[in-house]
Amino acid sequence: MTLNRHLTGWLMALPLTAVLAVFLVLPIIMIVVVSFWGATEWSIYPAFQFDNYQFLLTSDVTYRVYFNTLKYAAITWAFSLLIGFTVAYFLAFHVRTLTWQIALFLLCTIPFWTSNIIRMISWIPFLGRNGLANSALMSWGVIDEPLEWLLFSDFSVILAFVHLYTLFMVVPIFNTMMRIDKSLIEAASDAGASAWQTLWHVIVPLTKPGIMIGTIFVVTLVMGDFITVRFMSGSQKANVGRLISNDIALLQYPSASATAVILLITVLMVIGLMLRFVDIRKEL
Amino acid sequence: MEPRRPAFYILSAFFGLFLVFLYGPTFTIAILSFQGPQGGLTFPMRGVSMHWFYDLFEQQAVGDIWGSFRRSFVLGLMVMVTTVVVSVLGGLAFRKRFAGSSVVFYLIITSLVIPSILISLGVGLIFSQSGLRVHWATSGFGSQLTWTLPFGLLIMFAVFNRFDKSYEEAARDLGASPWQTIRYVVLPIIAPSLIGVALFGFTLSYDEFARTLLTAGSYNTLPLEIFGMTTNVTTPVIFALGTMTTVFSFLVIGVFLLTVWLLGKRRAKQGSDAGKGLM
Repeated sequence: MTLNRHLTGWLMALPLTAVLAVFLVLPIIMIVVVSFWGATEWSIYPAFQFDNYQFLLTSDVTYRVYFNTLKYAAITWAFSLLIGFTVAYFLAFHVRTLTWQIALFLLCTIPFWTSNIIRMISWIPFLGRNGLANSALMSWGVIDEPLEWLLFSDFSVILAFVHLYTLFMVVPIFNTMMRIDKSLIEAASDAGASAWQTLWHVIVPLTKPGIMIGTIFVVTLVMGDFITVRFMSGSQKANVGRLISNDIALLQYPSASATAVILLITVLMVIGLMLRFVDIRKEL
Repeated sequence: MEPRRPAFYILSAFFGLFLVFLYGPTFTIAILSFQGPQGGLTFPMRGVSMHWFYDLFEQQAVGDIWGSFRRSFVLGLMVMVTTVVVSVLGGLAFRKRFAGSSVVFYLIITSLVIPSILISLGVGLIFSQSGLRVHWATSGFGSQLTWTLPFGLLIMFAVFNRFDKSYEEAARDLGASPWQTIRYVVLPIIAPSLIGVALFGFTLSYDEFARTLLTAGSYNTLPLEIFGMTTNVTTPVIFALGTMTTVFSFLVIGVFLLTVWLLGKRRAKQGSDAGKGLM
C-alpha cells in the first residue's frame, strides 16, 4: 500500500520533475561544468581550470559590481516594502467589502500580467531631458534647466525596479493580512491599544511571513536582473546580470558561467537565510 | 458601522497615487502613440494621427513584428496548456507525501528564484554543445516552463490546502473510482483556479524575455523583437506597438477574469454542478 502511494505520487509528479530536470537541473550542471572550461576569442574548449574564477575573484570590477547589485536590491527592497505594506494594509483593513477588496487588489495585480519591457519604455516620456517631469518642474520654477539624472541613472533604475516589483510585495502581504483573525484587532483596541500600537504590535508581527515571501521575490528578481539595469541606465551602470550578459555577447561562455555560478550561490544563500524565518508551504 | 477614521482618507490618497504610479506611464505612451507624423518620443503632441499605427503594418519600419506576435501567441498557448496540466498533476501529487517530494518542492522554489539569465545561458549551452538548434518551440518552450510552472504549482498548493476532503470521501463512499472522483468531483471544484493558472501560464509566457533570450533561436518572440527595437527605433512607432500589445494583454486578462466571474455566478445560481457528468 505504501509503495502504491509513493508510486502514484511519483507518476503524477513525473511531468513536473522531467521538465525541471531537463530545463533547470541540467542547465545548472552545464553552467558549473562550463565554468571550468577555457575560451579563445571565437570558441570554447573543455578543460578543468580555475582561471575564470581566479580572474573573477581577483578583479576589483567584480566587487564593485557586486556592491552595486546589493545596493539596488537593498534600496528597491526598502521602497517596495514600504509601499507594498501600506497598500496591502489599506486593502485588508480599511476597505470594508470583499468585492471592493478583490476589485482593487486586481487593479494592483493586472500590470504584472503585461509586458515588463513596455512598462520600462513607458518611463521615457516622463524622465527624458524634455520629459514630463522636467517640463513640469521648470514651469513651476523649481529648476532652471532640465535635470540630467532623471533618466539613465541609478535613480531611473531603482524607480523602474520599484515600479515593476512592488506587486510582488503587495500580493503576499495582502494574502497574509487577510488571514489575520479580525477579533485580534478588536481585542487590541478593547484593551486600549491605539491604531499605531495595533499596527506595530499586532499586525506587523502577524504579517512577517508575507513580508518574507515578498522579500524573497523582490531581492531575487533584482539580483538576477540584467535587462532593467541595461535599459534604464542606458548601459551606463552595471550589475552582476549585466556582467554575465556582456560575457555572453562576447561569446565568453566559460567566464559568463563562472560569474553565473557565483551569482547563483549568492542568491541561494540569501534565500536559504530567509527561509529559516518562514515555512512557505504553510503560508500558501 | 463605525465612522471612517482620518487614516482611511490618507491611505486612500496613498493608494490612488500608487495606482497613478502603476498605470500613469502606460497611459502616457498610449496618448503619445497617437502623435502626429512629425512628433517625437516626448510631449508636446504635434497633431493627432494614426500614423504610427499604420507604420506597424510596414515591414521596413518595424521588421517582423506580426510574425513574432504569431509565434508569441502560439508559444503562449502551448505554455498555458502545459502549465495547467502539469500543475494540476503536480498539485495532486503533493497532496500526499511521497519519497523525494521535498526535493521536488525545493526544485520548484529554485526554479522560481534562479536568475533568469542562468536558464537562458544553461539551456543555450546544452543545445549548442550537443549540436541541437535552439528554437522557440523547443528550448524556448522548456525555458519558459521553468518560469510559469512554479506559479501554477504555488496556486495549486494554495488551492489544495483549502480543499475540503469530505467531498472526495463522499464520492468514494458512493462508490466512485479514484479517476471518477477526480474527474467529476475534484476538477469541477477547482475549475476557477485552473483558469487563474491558465492566465499566469499565458501572460507570463507572452511577456517573458530573459529566459527566452538565448533559447528562442533565429525567430524572435514579440518581447525579443520589441527589445531589439528599443536600440534602433527612435520614433513613436514603438509606443504604438507598446500600446497595441498592452491592449491585447488587457483583453486577454479581461477574458480570463470574466470567465472566472461567470463561473462563480453560475455556481451561485445553480449550486455546484459537480457530479452532473455522471447522469
